Amino acid sequence: MKRTFFLLTLLALTISSCAPAPSIGAITPPYVDTGIDPESWAVVPAGTFPYGQHDHMTLVDYDYDIMVTDVTNEQYARFLNEALADGTIRVGEVEVETGEQVWVEIGVYGFYPGDPYDGYKHEEEIKPGDKLFFPIEADGVRITFDGKTFRAIHEYSNHPVTMVTWFGANAYCEYYGWRLPSEIEWEKAARGTELVNGRGLPFPWGPHIERNNANYYSSFDLFEKMFGKLGNTMPVGFYNGRTYDGHETLDSASPYGLYDMAGNVWQWTGDNYPKQHYRHMRGGSFYSYEVDLRVWKFNSAGPQHYSPQVGFRCAR
Amino acid sequence: MQFVKDRLDYLFRSTRGLTLVAIAVVSIVTAIFGTLSGPMVEWGIKDITVRLLGMKLVEAEREGRVIMLYHTIAMTIVAIEVYFMTEMLPMKRYEQTVINGTITVGYLTAVVFGLLFAYWGHAFVYHGLFLLGQSLVFFAGILLCIALWPWKKEYRLPADSPYARSKSGLDLERMAFFVMAVSTLLSASFGAVTGSYWGNGHETFLGEDLIRNPFKTVLQKAIIGHLHIMLTLIAIAITLIVGRWMKFKGILHRIAMPLMIWGTIIITAGALSVVWVEWAHTIIYVGSVFVMLAALMYVIYSWDMLIKEGTAGIEKPTGWQKFKALLSDPIKFGPGWQMVFMNFTVSGVGIFMAVKLTEIFRVWPHREERIVLTGHWHILSGLIATIILFYFADLSGLKGKARKWFGWLVILMSNIAFASVTIFSMKRLFVTEAEQQGVVNWLMLFTDIGLAVVLVALAVFMIWRLYDLLQAKGYWTQEYNAERKTSAEAEIEEQKRKLKELEETLKEVSK
Repeated sequence: MKRTFFLLTLLALTISSCAPAPSIGAITPPYVDTGIDPESWAVVPAGTFPYGQHDHMTLVDYDYDIMVTDVTNEQYARFLNEALADGTIRVGEVEVETGEQVWVEIGVYGFYPGDPYDGYKHEEEIKPGDKLFFPIEADGVRITFDGKTFRAIHEYSNHPVTMVTWFGANAYCEYYGWRLPSEIEWEKAARGTELVNGRGLPFPWGPHIERNNANYYSSFDLFEKMFGKLGNTMPVGFYNGRTYDGHETLDSASPYGLYDMAGNVWQWTGDNYPKQHYRHMRGGSFYSYEVDLRVWKFNSAGPQHYSPQVGFRCAR
Repeated sequence: MQFVKDRLDYLFRSTRGLTLVAIAVVSIVTAIFGTLSGPMVEWGIKDITVRLLGMKLVEAEREGRVIMLYHTIAMTIVAIEVYFMTEMLPMKRYEQTVINGTITVGYLTAVVFGLLFAYWGHAFVYHGLFLLGQSLVFFAGILLCIALWPWKKEYRLPADSPYARSKSGLDLERMAFFVMAVSTLLSASFGAVTGSYWGNGHETFLGEDLIRNPFKTVLQKAIIGHLHIMLTLIAIAITLIVGRWMKFKGILHRIAMPLMIWGTIIITAGALSVVWVEWAHTIIYVGSVFVMLAALMYVIYSWDMLIKEGTAGIEKPTGWQKFKALLSDPIKFGPGWQMVFMNFTVSGVGIFMAVKLTEIFRVWPHREERIVLTGHWHILSGLIATIILFYFADLSGLKGKARKWFGWLVILMSNIAFASVTIFSMKRLFVTEAEQQGVVNWLMLFTDIGLAVVLVALAVFMIWRLYDLLQAKGYWTQEYNAERKTSAEAEIEEQKRKLKELEETLKEVSK
């Protein structure tokens, strides 16, 4: 009996010694300037590259530009203000439909022309109509709205915008005459064309990952001290070789100079595949284990999905 | 020299010794390769393991490595189940020897060379030997089916037998073992055929990565069917084994065995027909109902038996006395309880997922759905492992307080860990991503503590067995002698039967 009591006490002490981690909305991290310009673009020249886990040599027969970083909260807030002013988007209640569920959310919405529908098993029809772009009242939103103007929370202004649906990401790119990158474009931009021992790069910077290469689960980054090992988003371009307050980073740009192509946030891609309504995301996030940061790994969700670990960048 | 010979004799010529070796192999493999993922990566242990052992890990080959690791562990678990079967089911001594010998060489070859190929560079000699090892395990399976052949005269049951039998006297429990073994061979061949296309039109993949892909190749479907049914058949095998261990008989046995036979056939047909049949899941559901009902019969029987045994001296036992009797021996209570617990963490989750797939799970991102899938089959594997440990602890003669501590620690802590994993995989039902950090940390903590305690209990048990093995008159000598006595007696009976057969032949010839 005494031994049981002792063991239970030990167990209780062990458990109680672990302090609860705060939610990512509870604390605001300090503003960190990374020196990387989120307005910059990189050129990816035409040519073949090793695609996917099994390195199938694939041709992209045109040059294209892609953003050097993910779209930031500041950039997205600017878009929302411009699009609200010219009537492209509206703010208010909008119906969100997925699976057999329909619910109403308060947020930014706009028109989407719908997708071709094949009626395949588990496929959901994406009909033309108003779609949620960005919820304004959900946990984890880093852009505020005072009824007239959208503003990025200063400390998060250079973090990737999150909580954006695929519709919202697509609308941003299209608004400026751009588009979301296809999965092939995204992967080529992430890993380049180099073959090492007959294999393409698994990570944008090379064959191995270190904790100071990217923001991922338990990567012991600057913000994990504040938010626990699940972490939070980091400013775009954070892993550029600089040292921040004693935290050393490795320059982790892709062969074309893109940052955050592994970790930080999943990135929506533009493909609309036949017989399914899912949209794919690439790159892994601060919630992902390092294996999901390998350039060929993907995630998927319906285009209405938004999350604190999903963002995007554009191509043109 | 005699010291080594005696121990090798025990370890490789007795069921308990062979099982001990196999459990040690799984423990070592788990201890080493478990450091390459999960919290061990966070704590930096992975880097130490890789450096210390000189592993060559290429990022693009991770899925292939994991698949080979699963196969090596599965081969060892299959070997353990076969050892149990060849000891507890009536068969000829030479059949037992040949089956155990073949499967031992097979799984050890597969484990050693499979892991060398996967983690220490791709020398294709290793891959060839890995395939050879698996082929030997398959061949041992064929020998097992021959030994189990239920239509042999000597294995028929008399009309007054308390065990399930057909009108002609066929032993239906033996038939259930036989059907399970044949189904396993058939299902293994699905994997083998697809594996033969590896690097030749078939590329390595993890099933959980393809779930949302509307286009799956025939080979991919074959693998998906194969991996599901193999784990199911391993679970069916251990259910039959513990039934035999607990001397499952009577009316419930008569109901359970036909259910198990038909359930195994239907569920195997369903899983393998995934390759061609759109509605294969319906077939699988029907088979599952049959198999799960059979397992329910076992649980009712075994718990009733434990209550009756525990209250034998009491004329009118109260509810509390019955409850105490039920829980008095965790090692015998454990298998039934883990089967019940499985309904909450595996079957229940699976059914809930099937019913709410479009409404809930396909609304979540792929990675969330993937966690539920991988979580539930890891839990099923873990539950099977604990049931094997209960049976082996009983075979090892674990008694008194050690038996209770080991039994309850494994039950309670594995349940805490598996329940935490289940809640973790379902967390999106009750917590948003933005608010999840606290919940995730707590669940991870409970999972880690639960698993750690189970592994420590297993380690203590294995250290005791190792210490015992070093003793001149350790418990192992009693085990070995008892087994030798049983097998000698069986051999004498066999020889007597053979002698009688030969005399009859001579009489017939001299007429």
